[in-house]
Amino acid sequence: MDKMNGRVTGVNGNMVTVEFDNDISKNEVGYIHIGDIRLKSEVIKINGKLASLQVFESTTGVAVGDDVSFTDEMLSVELGPGLLQQIYDGLQNPLPDLAKECGFFLQRGVYMDPIPNKDWDFTPVVKIGDIVTQGDTIATVPEGLFKHQIMVPFTFEAVDWKVISIAKKGIYNVREKIATIENPKGEIKELTMVFSWPVKKAIKIYDERLRPDEPLVMKVRVIDTFLPVAKGGTFCVPGPFGAGKTVLQHMESRNADVDIVIIAACGERAGEVVEVLKEFPELIDPKTGKSLMDRTIIICNTSSMPVAAREASVYTAVTMAEYYRQMGLDVLLLADSTSRWAQAMREMSGRLEEIPGEEAFPAYLETRIAEFYERAGKVRLKDGRTASVTIGGTVSPAGGNFEEPVTQATLKVVGAFHGLSRERSDARKYPAINSLESWSKYEGIIDNSKVDYARSILFRGAEVNQMMKVIGEEGTSVDDYIVYQKSELLDSVYLQQNSFDLVDAAVSVVRQKYCFNKLFSVLISNFRLTAKKDVRLYFNEVRQKFLDWNNVEFDGERFKQIEGEIDTLYKKEFTSFNEASEKLL
Amino acid sequence: MQKVYTKIESIVGNVISVRAKGIKNEELAIVKTSSGDSYARVIKLHGELVSLQVFAGAAGISTGDHVRFLNQYMKVSYSEDLLGRVFSGSGEPIDKGPELTENMIDIGGPSVNPAKRIIPSKMIRTGIPMIDVFNTLVESQKLPIFSVSGEPYNQLLARIAMQAEVDLIILGGMGLKYDDYLYFKETLEKSGAMSHTIMFIHTASDPTVECMLVPDMALAVAEKFAIDGKRVLVLLTDMTNFADAMKEQAITMDQVPSNRGYPGDLYSSLASRYEKAVDFEGAGSVTILAVTTMPGDDITHPVPDNTGYITEGQYYLKGGRIEPFGSLSRLKQQVNKDTRDDHRALMDGMIKLYSSYKESLEKKSMGFQMTDWDEKLLKYGQLFEAKMMDLTVNIPLEEALDIGWEILADCFKPNETGLRSDLIMSRWPKKEA
Repeated sequence: MDKMNGRVTGVNGNMVTVEFDNDISKNEVGYIHIGDIRLKSEVIKINGKLASLQVFESTTGVAVGDDVSFTDEMLSVELGPGLLQQIYDGLQNPLPDLAKECGFFLQRGVYMDPIPNKDWDFTPVVKIGDIVTQGDTIATVPEGLFKHQIMVPFTFEAVDWKVISIAKKGIYNVREKIATIENPKGEIKELTMVFSWPVKKAIKIYDERLRPDEPLVMKVRVIDTFLPVAKGGTFCVPGPFGAGKTVLQHMESRNADVDIVIIAACGERAGEVVEVLKEFPELIDPKTGKSLMDRTIIICNTSSMPVAAREASVYTAVTMAEYYRQMGLDVLLLADSTSRWAQAMREMSGRLEEIPGEEAFPAYLETRIAEFYERAGKVRLKDGRTASVTIGGTVSPAGGNFEEPVTQATLKVVGAFHGLSRERSDARKYPAINSLESWSKYEGIIDNSKVDYARSILFRGAEVNQMMKVIGEEGTSVDDYIVYQKSELLDSVYLQQNSFDLVDAAVSVVRQKYCFNKLFSVLISNFRLTAKKDVRLYFNEVRQKFLDWNNVEFDGERFKQIEGEIDTLYKKEFTSFNEASEKLL
Repeated sequence: MQKVYTKIESIVGNVISVRAKGIKNEELAIVKTSSGDSYARVIKLHGELVSLQVFAGAAGISTGDHVRFLNQYMKVSYSEDLLGRVFSGSGEPIDKGPELTENMIDIGGPSVNPAKRIIPSKMIRTGIPMIDVFNTLVESQKLPIFSVSGEPYNQLLARIAMQAEVDLIILGGMGLKYDDYLYFKETLEKSGAMSHTIMFIHTASDPTVECMLVPDMALAVAEKFAIDGKRVLVLLTDMTNFADAMKEQAITMDQVPSNRGYPGDLYSSLASRYEKAVDFEGAGSVTILAVTTMPGDDITHPVPDNTGYITEGQYYLKGGRIEPFGSLSRLKQQVNKDTRDDHRALMDGMIKLYSSYKESLEKKSMGFQMTDWDEKLLKYGQLFEAKMMDLTVNIPLEEALDIGWEILADCFKPNETGLRSDLIMSRWPKKEA
């Protein structure tokens, strides 16, 4: 099948140089043959008669003169029904199937069919003679919670194709022929439910891109209220190690208000993926009542797996996200961590002996990061439905210092920045998002002016706190001290959230609005208190009540009871509202 | 008969190049020199030019020396005979015992399929309260010991090697001082732990290339024993030397350095070693404890920084003690719920009080007035440091928990500890009248 049309001339780590005979293209996939083993690789540079290939596997045993076959195809993923619930490596190899085949270890050179060989209940939506074009739906099959649309492959030309035959309603294998279509030139193509698409190309079959204006609810208070994410938007989560990036992402993947979640574990610990693998099938999605796994795809190229495949894994993930967007669904892609992806680029760039940029990252780092995040977006499809891909990436900056190239390049292109800080995680204040430094350009669920006021309390509280460290509590005025206590209150009962508490782990929008308003009235009130000791005691009491409130079911009896206690406590010392902020109520 | 190549074209650092045909990447070769033979490994192919990394170092190699390719890859012998033995970084015995050449296995093999991993669930008892009680070591965990040069990290490792409840210890020494090597050997022999220990030792005076092989050797053997059902604990000291050896190699090879001279693949190289820690379903496990010295006590130095992103927590050794604050075992939640009902609560409670003690201590040093509460905390802190943190304390977990309660009872009233009432009812020591 493959033509042997190249020979290895050099090996340097996972980069192999190949002399080739026929025409080849950049990003084309080639296989290096060592005996019976074929190693998948991708052309990344062509110079004269020599091509540089990055090999997605270990290059042990590759010798000068080994045969290389090129495939004429760019690095692609298979798209079709059956992607959901799957666990793939960076090249879309299904890991559980691989485990059945090879046992404990990942054997190199073993490539399996990504789309499970399965029968589907097929319902055509076009008739013979209908005109269709790329991306048009010709049939549907039920895939778990969704109606999976069988579409005309996106790689087909955007011309009018006439349906010549279409299978009747019934059960068909995923790779069986289900339709034939003909283009104006008279070329006839046979279609199955599966087709492939090159991962590094964005799928752009839609009417127009829309502004991401609808909040994507994560049920995390600090995000939804203060640092919102929008459907079709992008956000990044940089943080030093141990600050809880992965725990936060797991929280988001469980609670996000989207149809499909794709988790790309890129160059991180295998243990973390295992937690998702073992937990998700057990967890119930409150929205659908089904297992969380039913809406999840996991792409997992952990730190010890080949580096080049790590580079491919984020593209594999985003391509699948775009595919499901074509069906009118909202998809969230969580990439952990984009720094490892950038490092994979750096390793390859070093092997290519390119002139290094800052910290030896290649000069094209910023464009690549921008290209990746730009694949997110809310779109109006041709049939008028809206759909979105939201991308959230963690960043692991060296030394926890956000001034490094990957964080900076990411901050330039994302719409929200959730920076984690070591001080907060050391103090066990989770989620450890530093809300003073972080920002979001999206609309949240709560009125902006109120949020801004609450934020200003946080800023002033932090200032007073700094001041108190120098001049001591005794040198601080009571007014300042109250501001400080208000900011502490806001932090401990609203910004912090206990992901292990059954109730507090996920807070609905209604509840967030309700509780925020209650808290807000405390923030804009003046109190009768004059001694700092009394202020401290009073706010301790208020805080305890709010914390208890957070842990009980919304609108339940206990909830109302605690609310009553909060109100009594509040009225006891309340004098007046701040004049300037009263109008916000 | 293998062909012999006699013309060495270049010698740079520990890397030599010869012109040869049909050579495979990573193949082994023997370099015959006037001062003896050394193994070498192919690290780069460029047309007919083959670059080899010479294990014994390139010093003294002449352009006319012979290179013979062996058509095989780096391997290490694997059998029960390894127990109690000491090998060099290239796998040769350095304990005057016989060479082992049977049942050779590949080193640096493929990684474990994530889909085959299981959630770790078994505790490893070490007898050290700061580990067992506060940051429990879990089977299949990978944990570094962050420390500054001069801290007793090797003593700590030796104690863990003697006391840890595992089937097998594999010690990998990188850039070890010869004294330290002897210390390990003598301590383990005296305690009888040597009979279930295998050592791969690279001392500071040995060739750098061998330093880079030590973790691969140790982990390849560990993995094999684990598949055969053994619970293996791999102790590595010191991974910073390993990283420095990589740096040296990379710079010799004209690689573009990324951060403070370290190569861009530092993270991947460290990760591929640490990720060998695994719990095999239905078989044994590999647990890794690796010393990482932090130059200048700087946790943002590339080696501890990258390590921190890879490992599942860290032990932070400072002032001869495992610090409760910098230290973290991310997997402890998996096991400490099943040890004793008071384990978690006592762990949290004691740490919170210790943190208050630190604040009081700071207040005291700044000359602020001490309240009754501060005095109580000060007493508590001293007891805690003496009875729990001191590295010479060697007691089982249950005893350590009991001592914890005693310390609390010595210093506080029950309601001052912030512990749950039901635990206090059942565990608070009854004072003899």
